[in-house]
Order: sequence, then structure tokens, then C-alpha cells
Amino acid sequence: MLTYTIRRVVLSIPTLLFIALVIFLLLQLAPGDPMAQVPLTVPPEVKEKMREALGLGAPWYVQFWKWLVQFFWIEPQVFIDWLFGTGLTDGAQRVISWQTRSPVMDIVVQRLPQTLWVVGLAYVVAFLIAIPVGIYSAYKQYSSFDQVGTFITMIGFSIPPFFTGPLLIVIFSVWLGWFPSIYDTTHEVNSWESFGYQIKQMIMPVMVLALQVTAQVSRFMRASMLDNLKQDYVRTARAKGLPERAVLLVHVLRNSMISVVTVIALAIPAIFGGAIITEVVFKVNGIGQLLITALFANDMPMVMTLTFIFALLIVVFNIIADVLYGVLDPRIRYD
Amino acid sequence: MTDEIQAIEALQDNAPLKPHRSHSAEVWLQFRQHKGALIGGAFIIFITLFVLIGPWIWQVDPGKLDIRAKDYRPIYTAIWDSEARVSWAHPLGSDQLGRDGLANMIYGGRTSMAVGWAAMLLALFLGASVGVLAGYFKRLDGPLMRATDLFLSLPILPLMLVAVTLFRQPLRTMFDSPEAGMFILIVGVIGITSWMHTARIVRGDILALKEREFVLAARSAGTRSRGIIMRHLLPNVISPIVVSATFGLATAIITESSLSFLGVGFPSDFPTWGKMLADAVPRMTEYPERVMLPGIAISLTVLAVNFLGDGLRDALDLRIRGR
Repeated sequence: MLTYTIRRVVLSIPTLLFIALVIFLLLQLAPGDPMAQVPLTVPPEVKEKMREALGLGAPWYVQFWKWLVQFFWIEPQVFIDWLFGTGLTDGAQRVISWQTRSPVMDIVVQRLPQTLWVVGLAYVVAFLIAIPVGIYSAYKQYSSFDQVGTFITMIGFSIPPFFTGPLLIVIFSVWLGWFPSIYDTTHEVNSWESFGYQIKQMIMPVMVLALQVTAQVSRFMRASMLDNLKQDYVRTARAKGLPERAVLLVHVLRNSMISVVTVIALAIPAIFGGAIITEVVFKVNGIGQLLITALFANDMPMVMTLTFIFALLIVVFNIIADVLYGVLDPRIRYD
Repeated sequence: MTDEIQAIEALQDNAPLKPHRSHSAEVWLQFRQHKGALIGGAFIIFITLFVLIGPWIWQVDPGKLDIRAKDYRPIYTAIWDSEARVSWAHPLGSDQLGRDGLANMIYGGRTSMAVGWAAMLLALFLGASVGVLAGYFKRLDGPLMRATDLFLSLPILPLMLVAVTLFRQPLRTMFDSPEAGMFILIVGVIGITSWMHTARIVRGDILALKEREFVLAARSAGTRSRGIIMRHLLPNVISPIVVSATFGLATAIITESSLSFLGVGFPSDFPTWGKMLADAVPRMTEYPERVMLPGIAISLTVLAVNFLGDGLRDALDLRIRGR
């Protein structure tokens, strides 16, 4: 298992490098000029110097190499410095944002927890709802619970997050006034009361994302439970007198989870896409919202780094899903 | 020597047990069982006619500004609020610049549906080609499937945002109208990033099909690879392709609306459902219908397409037929 995990991590490195290259070339091919905002009165030779200061004078492979070094070599060192107070990176050049002139990773570190919290909580909520619903509607196939559940998941599947978001805002913060419509990012949790407020302001973004995930997971959960319920081992388990509960929750559930995990892994990119929209709707200051502002500000290093971080997150979650797959399905031997 | 060999009486079939039905009749019979799919299909026909014929019936320019006629409410508001500012000249109300709501819905739907269909067809073409090539030619299987896996782990929405924002200016100037450039860009971006599921499904089916006897027979009759693929393999994978086409259409419509919502879609004077929704969000407490109408239109269309896909999958799947 451990060797498999390690091999999977090592194998993902070329994938990540390739994705980084794709993003970088996309940005290189783009005709946008970072000097477009500079006033026309600035003489051309000064402009040329400014370009060089931004690192734009070098050919693209040099720029790409420098970005790789900065991201994979210098930034981890900065992290170690911050952890242990060492001075490994004194004077080293980090990835600098063109908007704020400060290191991109400093901003990302501030923003990343919000995104991960929202996405992670949405996943947890979605699973808590979707798995029981999926199990029960497969067990009682064509019952009214199943019919209603299927219909609701179909709706959840079809309503895009940029519609559910405003809808929830109108209902819950304008008409009912239960939850704040804007995520207060300066809010600090230091008492029960402020913790309560934090939960209140997270409910709506999490629900919007969770609706999407719930719909997918419960659909696949139902389908895969149905497949497994017809298998011979279920009949055997029942025949040897196991209680129905054990048959369902131990035998069938575990086998059904195998294919559900695959589906979840495939759905991860869509979830992060949904997270970007959710962050824009509720004004959560996560990395999705940061990406949008950086794009409109033509801040190339920031866009490059953020898009790559999204890719990194997706690849990491995919690896986790693959490893889980092995845990759930002992028939798979990795050697 | 001419007398025929008689079958045992029990094995004789004097008449067919039930009338013969063609493949398409079978599919239609099965499809009819699925109520949701029928309603979904009907709704798609309705919405397609709405956006195609709509402009001839409701001849109002969606971009026409009429500041005196701004902020009309939809006509149905009068049912519960007799004070509401409504007018039969604007059945679905008008926005803060006086643009007609109904005309915008029609033209916005036109764009959304056109982008959805075009992007779906492009993704289908790419996916089916990759799937067929990877499934049929062993040499190409490894590299093509690695590429598919790679595309599956790309952060799709961030990349789309980057591509659309960065390339909008040159493409707008390249074509005579800015909309045409934007249309090609968005369709291309959605198509290139959503072919992977089709490719996987088609490859799996082709891998199984090419070991079958009829392919061997075709090959021994001297059919070339091209002929085998076009005449023998493709017709057999048409049903998974059709099913993934419907889901592709749903995703493409949602993706286009998301891009418009995030403000990187079509130019601001060109209506799409996603952009109408995004424009209405700041005023949604006073005019909730401006969010609801395009939002419901998108959701219902996608819901209908999903139901249709579900029904088609059941109808085309031979294994579960007759259940």
C-alpha cells in the first residue's frame, strides 16, 4: 500500500509538470501586454527596462524554468524558514504578484484555508446526506422515497451553483434574514457567539456546493447499490442468516463504495469549478475569487500560480481517491 | 430425397409469437415508458422552437434601450399586486435600461442553445475520434488514454477562465463581429475540455466490439481499417455516443452560463441567460424575477436534457430492455 502510494505520487510529478507547462504556454501565447497600463509618456527604453525587471525579457523556457525553481524549490524553503525560523532563503527571488508586488504564496496562504474549508465541509455534508439516501432508495427501489429522491437529485444535478447561490441569498438572507449574504472574512472566532456566527455564514456557501455533490453521489450510490444487491454474495449472506442490517451496511455498502469513489475522483475538477462560482457569489475570499481578480488585473504570475494550485489540489485529491480505492477493495493488489 | 426434415411438434413455430418490431420501434416503446424523458424531450422541442421562431413572433430588438419604459415588472405580478408597474408591451418586464425581458430571454436562449449544441458536437467529435482510435489501434491506445487521463485532471474552469480572458481581444478583432469571435472561442474552449468521458466510453465499447466475429469476418473479406471503423464499429457505438451527447449538451449549457456569469463570456450588449442572471443579481431583492426567469430557463433546459439522456440510456441499453 505504502509503495503504491509513493509510486502514485512519483508518477503524478510528470503530470503536474506537463500541466504547468500547458498553463505557462497558454499564458505565453496570450497576446495581453502587462505594460499596456503604463502611460504612453513613458519612453520606450524605460519600458524595456521595466519589462526586464518583470522578468519578461528572457525566452519562455528560461521564464518557465525560473518559475519552476521558484515554486518547487524556493517556496518550500520559505515554508521551512517560517516553520523553524531558519534563514535558507535570504534574498532569494520568490514568485511576485504584479498587482501587490508581494510574494504570491503569501497571499495564497491567507486565502487557501477558506476554499479548503468550504469545499471540505461541502464534501462532508454531501456524504452525510447522500450515502443514507442512496442506500435507502436502492434498497426500496421504485418506492415513493426512491421516486422523490431521484427527482430531487436530478434537480440538484441540473440547477447550476450560480443560480442556487442567489436563490438562497434571496430566501434566507433577504426574506427570512437568517444568514448573512456576504461572507465576513475579517471575522475572528474567539467565543461561542462568534463561532455561531462563523457557522451561520458558512452554511449557505457550503450548502450550494453540497447540493451539487449530494446529487452526484447519491445517484451513483443508488446505481451501484442496485448493481451489488443483485449479486450472488448478497444471497449467500442472507442465506447464512446474517441480519439484513449487516448484509446491507457491511457487505453491499463496502462493495458499492468502490465505484462511488471512482466517480467522486472524476467529479473533483467540477467541484473546484463550483467552488470558484460559490466564492464569487458569496464573496468568500478564497483562491477562486483571487483567481478572478488576478485575471481581470492581468496579473500573470498570480494566475499561473493559482491555476497550478488548482491542478495540484485536483491531483492530490485524485491520489487520495486512488489510495482509498485500494483500501476499500482488497482484491486490488498493487505490486 | 425432397421431403423436408420435420421438426418436433413442440418446436414448430407456425406463426411468429409476437409481431416483429424494428430496432427503432423497440427503442421508442422503451423510451415511452420513461415519463420524465418524454416530458424532457417535449420541453426541449418547446424551448428550441421558442428560441428559433420566437424572434418572428415577438419582433422586439433585445438591445433597444428605452429609458422611459425601464423597470417594468412581468405581467403576472399584477395578479397579486395591483399597484405594480406592468404593461402588455413588456410581458416579462424590462430591465433598468428599458430592454425588453421577453426579447432578451429569446435571444439569450438562442445563444445558450447554440453554444451548447456546437460545443457538444465538437466534444462528441473529439471524444468519439479519440475513443475509436484508442480502442482500435493498439499503438495509439497508451498515449491517447494517458492524454485523456491528463485532461481529466486539468482544472477545467480556471483554465477556461484564463483562455477566454486572454484570447478574447485578438479573436474579436479577427472576425468582423465581436460575437462571432467570442462564439468560436467559447465553443472551442468548452469542446476541447469536455470530450474525455465520451472518449473513455467509446474506447471501452470498441475494445469489446473489435474482438467479435463480425469484425473478423469483415477483416477476412478484405475490408480496410477505415471501412471496419466506419461501417461496422461506429454504428454499434452510436447509442453510448447519443447518451453522452445529451449529458454533454447539459454540461455545455451550464459551462457557457457560468462563464457569462463570471463576466468573461459574450460582450455586454449581447444577451445570454447566464449574463442576464449575473446582471440581475445586484438588484435581486427589488426585482427577483430577473434572476428567476433566466435561472429557471437554464435549470429547466438542463433538467429536461438530463431526463432525456436518462430515458435514452434506458431505451438504448439492450440489457435492461423489457424490465
